[in-house]
Amino acid sequence: MSAAQDPVAVPARRISVRPARGRFTTALKLLLTSPPTLFATLVVIGVVVLALFDELIAPTGYNEVDVQQRLLPPGAGHWFGTDDLGRDVLSRVVLGAAVSLQVGAVAVGFSLLVGVTVGLLAGYYGRWLDTVLMRLMDVLFAFPAILLAIAVIAILGPGTTNAMIAIGITYTPVFARVTRAAVLGVKESVFVRASRSVGVSDARMLLRHVLPNAAPPIIVQTSVSLAFAVLAEAALSFVGLGTQPPAPSWGRMLSEGRSYLEDAWWMAVFPGLAIVLLVLAFNLLGDGLRDVLDPQQRSALEAARAKPRRRRRAGVGA
Amino acid sequence: MSEPVLAVEDLRVRMDTPRGTAHIVNGLSYSVAPGETVAVVGESGSGKSVSVMALLGLLPKRAEVTGSARFRGRDLLAMRERELRAVRGDGVGMVFQDPMTSLNPVLSIGRQLTEGLLAHRRVSGKKEARERAAQLLADVGLPDPRAALDRFPHELSGGMRQRVVIAIALAGDPALLIADEATTALDVTVQAQILDLVERLQAEHATAVVWITHDLGVVAGIADRVLVMYGGRCVEDGTVDDVFERPAHPYTQGLLGSLPQLHDGDGGGPRELVAIGGTPPPPTDLPPGCVFWPRCPVRGDERCAGEQPPLTAVGGGGGGPVPHRAATFYDAARDAGEVGS
Amino acid sequence: MTGLVLRRTLQSVVVLLGVSVVVFALVHLVDGDPVRLALGTRFDQETYEALRERAGLDQPLVVQYLQWISSAVTGDLGVSFRSGEPVTALILERLPATLSLAGASILVALLIAVPLGTASALRPRSVVDAAGTVLSQIGISVPEFWMGIMLILLFAGTLGWFPAGGYVPLSDDPLQWARALVLPAVTTGLVSGSVLTRFTRSSVLEALGAEHVRTARAKGLGPRAVLNWHVLRNALLPLVTVTGVQLAYLLSGVVVVEIVFAWPGLGQLALQAVQARDYPVLQGAVLLFAFVFLLVNLVVDLLYSKLDPRISA
Repeated sequence: MSAAQDPVAVPARRISVRPARGRFTTALKLLLTSPPTLFATLVVIGVVVLALFDELIAPTGYNEVDVQQRLLPPGAGHWFGTDDLGRDVLSRVVLGAAVSLQVGAVAVGFSLLVGVTVGLLAGYYGRWLDTVLMRLMDVLFAFPAILLAIAVIAILGPGTTNAMIAIGITYTPVFARVTRAAVLGVKESVFVRASRSVGVSDARMLLRHVLPNAAPPIIVQTSVSLAFAVLAEAALSFVGLGTQPPAPSWGRMLSEGRSYLEDAWWMAVFPGLAIVLLVLAFNLLGDGLRDVLDPQQRSALEAARAKPRRRRRAGVGA
Repeated sequence: MSEPVLAVEDLRVRMDTPRGTAHIVNGLSYSVAPGETVAVVGESGSGKSVSVMALLGLLPKRAEVTGSARFRGRDLLAMRERELRAVRGDGVGMVFQDPMTSLNPVLSIGRQLTEGLLAHRRVSGKKEARERAAQLLADVGLPDPRAALDRFPHELSGGMRQRVVIAIALAGDPALLIADEATTALDVTVQAQILDLVERLQAEHATAVVWITHDLGVVAGIADRVLVMYGGRCVEDGTVDDVFERPAHPYTQGLLGSLPQLHDGDGGGPRELVAIGGTPPPPTDLPPGCVFWPRCPVRGDERCAGEQPPLTAVGGGGGGPVPHRAATFYDAARDAGEVGS
Repeated sequence: MTGLVLRRTLQSVVVLLGVSVVVFALVHLVDGDPVRLALGTRFDQETYEALRERAGLDQPLVVQYLQWISSAVTGDLGVSFRSGEPVTALILERLPATLSLAGASILVALLIAVPLGTASALRPRSVVDAAGTVLSQIGISVPEFWMGIMLILLFAGTLGWFPAGGYVPLSDDPLQWARALVLPAVTTGLVSGSVLTRFTRSSVLEALGAEHVRTARAKGLGPRAVLNWHVLRNALLPLVTVTGVQLAYLLSGVVVVEIVFAWPGLGQLALQAVQARDYPVLQGAVLLFAFVFLLVNLVVDLLYSKLDPRISA
C-alpha cells in the first residue's frame, strides 16, 4: 500500500527544526484574520467564560423545580422556555457548558497524554515496540467509537468521570497515529540525525527536539478531538450512560426533551443548538489551526483557495 | 515560402491576479511553415508556455487573450470552444513536459490513445481504433506495441511514456505539433532519441513544429528558426544560424555567452541557460521601456529605460528569406564585436 | 495480488483476535460475579448455578477465553444471562435492521457527497460551493441523535410524511420498510455525507489540477469525457477507501440513532445488554461490530487495489 493511502501519513516535513517562538505569534495573527477561525475562537472563549462564571450568568440554579411553571414556551421570563419539571432551560444550557467542556478537556487530555506518549515511543524507537504498540492501537481503533465507550462504561458504571475515561480511551489511537506519523517525518531530518550523532540523550531528544516539531499536527488533532469528545459525551449522556440526572448535561437534556417533542420542542432544540455551536467551533478552529500550523497537511480545498485559481476551469470548458 | 500553417499576430495574454493584472504575453507575432520547426526559447516565466496554451484555449477562463492566430487560415482565438475542440488533437497535437504526469495513471495506454481517435471520428469503431493505436505506438518506436496498449503508464519508463504522449499528439495526423518542454524531464540520451523521433516523424508527415524550450542545445539540434522570448515579448528572432552566430539583443547574448562550446562545434550535451544577473520582472510589474533594461549589462541607449524598442532588422545579418530581427535601439552585435576586438 | 490478499486478511484476523481479548478482558475485569449482577436480587440457586456453569465461570480466565473464542469461531457466542437465548440468535435477529440502516445511510451519504462535492469543486467559490462548504461544516458538527430528533419533529410530527420510528422487516412489506428507513438513514447519512462531501470536493479539485487533464483536453475530448474519465475516475478512487473508514463512524452513529428511532438493531441490543448487565450479549455485539468494521475495511482495501492499476502490479 502506498503511503498516500494512509490517512495520517505525514510527508517528511520541516527541516528547519527549531520552533521559533515567532512562528507561533505569526500563526496566531494569521489565525485571527480568517473569519471562520475568528468566529470559532470567539465561540470557544464565550463558552469557556460561560463555564467559568456559569452560576453568575445562569438566571436560576440547575435544578430549581417549579411544577407550576412546567413546559412553558420561550418567552420573557424564560428565554428558552422551561422543561417538564419547570426548570429554566436557559439556565440548564448555560450550566451544561461546564459539564461539556470539562468532559471534553479531561477526556482529550487523557487521549493526548497516552496517545502522544505511545506515538512518540513507537515512532522514535520503531522495530518491535512500534509493531506492538501500534497493533494495540489498531485493536482499539477497530471498535466503533461510541461502542467502545459504551463497553467501557458498562464495566465502570455510568457517570461523568467514567464517561471521561471511556472517551479518553476511545480517542487515544488517533493521537498515537498522528504523533507517530509526525515523529517519523522529523526523525529523519538532518537536525535530529546530527543531534543524535553528537550523543544527545533519547529523552532529551524526544522532549526537546522531536516533540516540538511534531506539535502542529497534534495541536490540530486536539482541537478536532475536542469536537468529537463533546459529541461523544452528549451521545453517552443521551443514552443514559454519561452525566446522571439531575446534573445539567446537554445530551441528557436532549433525551429528556425527546419525550416532550410534541408539546415542548424547545427542550430538545436549545441544548442541541448548544452542542452544534461548540462542536462547530472546535472543528473550525481545527481547520484554522491546520492551515496555519501545518500547511502541508491542509486539505487541497484550502490549498486551492490559497493559490491563485489556476486550476479553475481545467477540464470542463464551457 | 509556402502558406504558413500557423500565423500568430500580436498575441497578448492578460490575467487578473491578487497582485494586479499580469501581462504574461505582450504582442507576440510569428508564423510557422509546413515542415518547419520554430523554437521558442526563454527562461521560465517568460510567457512561452502560456503563449501556446492560449492558442488552443487551454488557459483558465479568466485569462484574457487578444490578437489572432490563424491556423490553416482560420483564427483559433475567435473560435468557439466546440470548434476549438475539433482542432485540438486533430489539426494540432500537443506534447507536454512531464511524461510522468501528463498521462492519466489509472487508464490504460490503449484507452488514452483511442479516446482521441474516437472523439474525432478518425476511426469507425473501437476495433479499428485499437489497430490504429497499435500502429501509432509502433511509429513512435515502442517495442511490442500491441501489448503496450493494455499497460498502464507506471509500467513504462519515462522515455517510453513520452513516446506514448507523442503518439497521442500524432494520433490526429496533425498539421502542427506543439511541444512544450517535451524533453526537459528526460535523461540526456533519451532526449536525443526523442528529438530524432520527432525529426523523423516531421520529415515523414511534413508537420510544422513549435518547440518550446529553455534548452539551447535542443534548439541547435532541432530548430530551423528561433524566437527568443523575454517578459512576454519577442526580443529577437531569426534563423538558428543568424541568432546563434550573431546575437543582436543583449539578452540573447547573455544566454549564449554562457555557452561558449556552442561555437566550438563539439555539439556536447544540452545546456541550461546560465543565469544572467537578476531575475525576470514579474508580469504584474513590467518596466515601462525595454523589459530587459533592469538587468541589461549593456544599456547602450538612453531610450531603453522609458521606451519599448521595436523589433527591427539587424544590420549585417544574412540577407536570406528569413529576416533576423531584434528589439533593441542599437546594434549590440556590432557594439559587442567592437568591444571584443 | 494473492500475497496482498493473504497479508491483509491475516492482519485483520490478528486485530480481530486482539479485539476479542480486549472485549473479554473488559467484561471479566468487573468486580464481582457477572451472573449475580445480571440476575439482580431475585434469583434462585438453581438458575444461578446453571448459568454459571453454562458461562463456564468456574474455570480459570484463560480457559474461559479459549472456550469462548473457540466456540465464537464456530458461531456460538454463548447464551444471554437474561433470556437464556443463544447470543448468536439474538444478534442474527437484529442484524437485518442494522444492515438495512447502515447500507441505506451510506447510500444517502454518497448520493449527497458525490454530486455536491463535485459541483463545488467544478465551480470553486460559487454559490453552490459556499453552500456546500457551510452545510458540510455544520453537518460534521451536528450530533446524529439531535439531527434525528429534529427530523422527527419536522417530518414525522409537523408534516407527518414518515413514521417517527420503528422497523418493518423487508419481507413483511417492502414499501413500509423503505418508508420507515427514510428518516433514520437520512439522519446518519447526512452526517457521513458531510464528511464525504468535503473529501470529494478536495479530491476532485486535486484531480482537476492534474496535468493529465490538460492532455485530455488537448486531445480534443469534450467536457463530459474529460470530467468522467480524467477527473472523476481519478478523484473517486480514493473515495472508496474513505467510504470504508466512514462506515466505522457510521456504525458508531447507528448505535445512538437506533435509540432515537426505536430501531431494533444491534446498537439497541448492545445498549440493552449494558443496562441489563447481560455480558455475553454485550461481548457478542461488540465483537460483531468490530468484525464488520474490519471486514469492510479489508474488502475496501482489496477493492481499491483492484481498481487502481498502480497497486495491483
